Amino acid sequence: MTDKIRVGFEGDFQVKEIAVAPGDPAPWDPSKKFSIVGTRVPRLDGKPKTTGEAKYSIDVRLPGMLYGRILRCPMAAATVTSVDLSAARKMPGVRAALVLAEPGERVRFAGQEIAAVAAATPEQADDALAAIRVAYEPRPFVVGLEAARKPGAPLVFDGKAETKTSAGDVESAGKGLARNGNVLGPRSTVKGNVEEGFRKADAVVEATYVTQVQTHTALETHGLVARWDGDELTVWASTQGLFGVRDELAETLRIPVSKIRVITEYMGGGFGAKFGARIEGLTAARLAKEAGAPVKLFLDRKEEQLATGNRPSSVQTVKAGATKDGKLTALQLTVYGDGGTNGGTGTSGPIKNIYACDNLKVDEFDVFTNAGPSTAMRAPGHPQGAFALEATMDELAKKLGMDPLEFRMKNDPSAVRREEFRIGAEKIGWKTRDDRRQTQDPWIRRGVGVGAAVWYNTGDTGPRATVTIHRDGSAEVEHGVQDLGTGSRTMVAIVAAEELGLPLEKVSVSIGDTRLPYGPESGGSTTTPSSAPTIRRAAFQAKKQLAAAVAREWKVPAESVTVSDDVVSAPGDPKYSLPWAEACKLLPGQGVSATADRADNHDDAWQRFTTGAQFAEVEVDTATGRVRVERVVAVHDCGVVLNALATESQIQGGVIQGVSYALFEDRVLDRRTGRMVNPNVEEYKIAGSLDVPEIDVIMVSVWDGVNNTNSVGIGEPATVPTAAAIANAVSHAVGARIRRLPITPEVVLAAVAEAEEARAKGGPA
Amino acid sequence: MKPFALVRPRSLSEAARATVSPDAALKAGGVDLLDRMKEGIDSPKTVVSILEIPGHDRIEAGPPAKIGALATLARIAGDPGLQKTYPALAAAAGGAATPQIRNMATLGGNLCQRPRCWYYRLEEFDCRKKGGSECFARDGENRFHAIFDTDLLCCCVHPSATGTALLAYGAKLEVLSPKARRSLPIDRFFSRPTDDATRENTLNPGEIVESVWIPALPAGSRSIYRKLKEKESFDWPLVEVCVSLAISGGAVRGARVVFGSVAPTPYRSKAAEAALEGGRPSDELARRAAEAAVRDAKPLAQNGYKVLLARVELERALRQVFG
Repeated sequence: MTDKIRVGFEGDFQVKEIAVAPGDPAPWDPSKKFSIVGTRVPRLDGKPKTTGEAKYSIDVRLPGMLYGRILRCPMAAATVTSVDLSAARKMPGVRAALVLAEPGERVRFAGQEIAAVAAATPEQADDALAAIRVAYEPRPFVVGLEAARKPGAPLVFDGKAETKTSAGDVESAGKGLARNGNVLGPRSTVKGNVEEGFRKADAVVEATYVTQVQTHTALETHGLVARWDGDELTVWASTQGLFGVRDELAETLRIPVSKIRVITEYMGGGFGAKFGARIEGLTAARLAKEAGAPVKLFLDRKEEQLATGNRPSSVQTVKAGATKDGKLTALQLTVYGDGGTNGGTGTSGPIKNIYACDNLKVDEFDVFTNAGPSTAMRAPGHPQGAFALEATMDELAKKLGMDPLEFRMKNDPSAVRREEFRIGAEKIGWKTRDDRRQTQDPWIRRGVGVGAAVWYNTGDTGPRATVTIHRDGSAEVEHGVQDLGTGSRTMVAIVAAEELGLPLEKVSVSIGDTRLPYGPESGGSTTTPSSAPTIRRAAFQAKKQLAAAVAREWKVPAESVTVSDDVVSAPGDPKYSLPWAEACKLLPGQGVSATADRADNHDDAWQRFTTGAQFAEVEVDTATGRVRVERVVAVHDCGVVLNALATESQIQGGVIQGVSYALFEDRVLDRRTGRMVNPNVEEYKIAGSLDVPEIDVIMVSVWDGVNNTNSVGIGEPATVPTAAAIANAVSHAVGARIRRLPITPEVVLAAVAEAEEARAKGGPA
Repeated sequence: MKPFALVRPRSLSEAARATVSPDAALKAGGVDLLDRMKEGIDSPKTVVSILEIPGHDRIEAGPPAKIGALATLARIAGDPGLQKTYPALAAAAGGAATPQIRNMATLGGNLCQRPRCWYYRLEEFDCRKKGGSECFARDGENRFHAIFDTDLLCCCVHPSATGTALLAYGAKLEVLSPKARRSLPIDRFFSRPTDDATRENTLNPGEIVESVWIPALPAGSRSIYRKLKEKESFDWPLVEVCVSLAISGGAVRGARVVFGSVAPTPYRSKAAEAALEGGRPSDELARRAAEAAVRDAKPLAQNGYKVLLARVELERALRQVFG
């Protein structure tokens, strides 16, 4: 079935013909008058979370439950020669013990898992860990990207790189790429001819940008509670993907999928690091089996910092050229990333997908080091890539004598983002930004900077949902999605209530359990565009069934009955018209229910990328290098917003995490031992409430017609351009280019000193 | 955390007797001690809790002031008398840590807390402060470490904000031991790593800081405390500076300049004091004194920037205090 739909955004709509799958409603039209969608709906679980009534997986306590703990290697590289659990097994309260690294196995970072125990109390488990005797043969190790690239550097992997990737990682490391020492790659992308592009350019800039390792630091740590009932396994996990946990447990423990149940009722964040059962989950399940008792194994903050993943560092060299009228002629990126024992450190998303340029060359190298493995983190590769790209755009604009925003607009192929630039520029006062640089205090400078975001509008097929309409007029949604804290539970209710024409309180929602119909993993900002269209389709079909059931009662043809605005009617005959609640009374005892799978995306619809633009205003003390972000204006393509309150909150969260990344967060490894010296949240600095700027969120509605709700995910794009905008604002304020994150006083002072030196020598400032 | 016996004496003398043993640790607010116990770097067999002993949290703003060692940082920060007469102390107490911590942390605990050096705080590093034979910070990751007195075996910085202010005011500590009570000038309270790298003060076993006495300041006295942190919310300072001086007959008299977070002890800058003595308050004097203050700095490989910050913060403090 084909349908004509209107797509676009405010003031720029067009009509497209798309193929609508049978049983799927056509995408909502821009003229649609919503009753709940797009309003500010407080999250359904806000109250239990606030009062502490909500039980997260880490709060689960079962009768007879034991506590699991993991022993970790204190060395950056070693071969395990023996692991002796006998003394540990005899310790008070110990009920199970496991070797995780067998003799002969290589250990490649300080914090890698060696053995595990389960005991009656966490303290007994800790004491038992201390009683495990491990012998290691130390090996040479290498810390830091520069050292690892040097010829003759100790090799992290002698043979094939044994990397582990999970959902959302940039790209798996191996795949037949060349490896030279610890350096893997390049993964190359070539479009046009950059050499030719640089020849055509009137101005060319080239510089190197350095970013740090950031850790996810979700409030709830990694882990789960595992309970065996005979050969059936139930786990309460802190996960971004219930079904991924189930499948990995089934595969590794060699038990049928049908025997495993995974529950995540409430969750304290993941940011990309919580996919699969992981070693913690598999260990908990094995300890529980051995002990014959449930085992809770949650990591502490230190373990979380060492071994659960991170955003890799990067050293990016960007070269860009443009003509004097401001058209990009060539873009080139060479990036080396330190992903510890993992790859996936590429940063090319922004440079490939934001500005239009005929000539592009990208070479991405992963560098292995003896450090905890990187993993997907909120927009993998993007904040680092945007930082380097947007600094380059500023530098090139400066060289061309052009306003940096105007330069961007000239090269931005996205009409939506150009609109976002316009909205944001107005809001931040872009035009007067130069006038605001000086303040009454001679040391304090203000600066305004901008950064662009791109993300991929990729809701996935696969999810399934069941919607049931009961005889009393209430409705129930069952859908195995997990709510990471983003508001997914509320989103499910909103979509069902809108489609059924019910008030929110008449809809109940069951999520967070693999016993429910299959839900999507929460990664890549795909949760909402995967789940919402599924819910809507199931509700649409349940509504059809309600119409059919009523038609049977009325003895009229099913297709003549319609359900709209709280009324079930067969047009043409006023006696066949009932309010919703009355009509539902005609249903049989079991009500009606429909289970639907998500339909395919409408690839023939309007646009495929979600866009964003952020503007930051900063205050910099040029004598101390201290930066304070005063304000961030975040303008984002939010598709059709389902819950304005939750969307706004997601964007604020992205900005806050971006501020924290830009100014503070930094994993520090001791060069001489390879150990992380700040595995906590005290010296691993994270923005606190006083460091959070005023945040203006502007949600741009875009009707792309890709799925039946026009919904997109916003979690990732919201954090992509924040550090870029802040770095550009600081550079604007101090008149010196910031090329390194985090932007600490030391970094600002160094940039200022370097610029002054250049000025003194008569070079370009 | 290892199991321990909790002792709750009814008087400080009783507490002093209970802490003579090296296996005993004194707990007031417990902010730092519990951290160390949880981090596995301290495992006392007995924890002697003095928080509930009455009568040792009084604040008499004076001048001279007398402050019980169990007075919390929050109360010191909020005391109008201290704010007026000893503003640097009130500011130091009020800027430390977080509101929650300031409500628990005591003056005595703040003075006696252990350093925050990340090598010391990790059980994996057997550093000099734990009786080991190496300072890992010297050639390691030292961006937050000492820039003065870096040749004294240990490169940590002293974490006490109130200690910085009290040293500038020339305070004395009343110290109680099982047998006696003594008065200890604060400059003899802080000890250097070369005396004993495993300690930061000269208290003997069983000695407890009972109260702090701050002298009346001469007419025309002014004082100020400033600090610089990376974060605005909870963060350890990169540099703190405290200045106490009098302006008499248009000239600076009796200046005391103390830096915090830059050396293994609160660091008194005699060079800055000498530069200030007898000078006419001016921006130029502030600049010269600040430059003199950092002339002896010996930064480590990664913390040269802290020297600049120390200079700027002192110059600003002086300009502020000169008005």
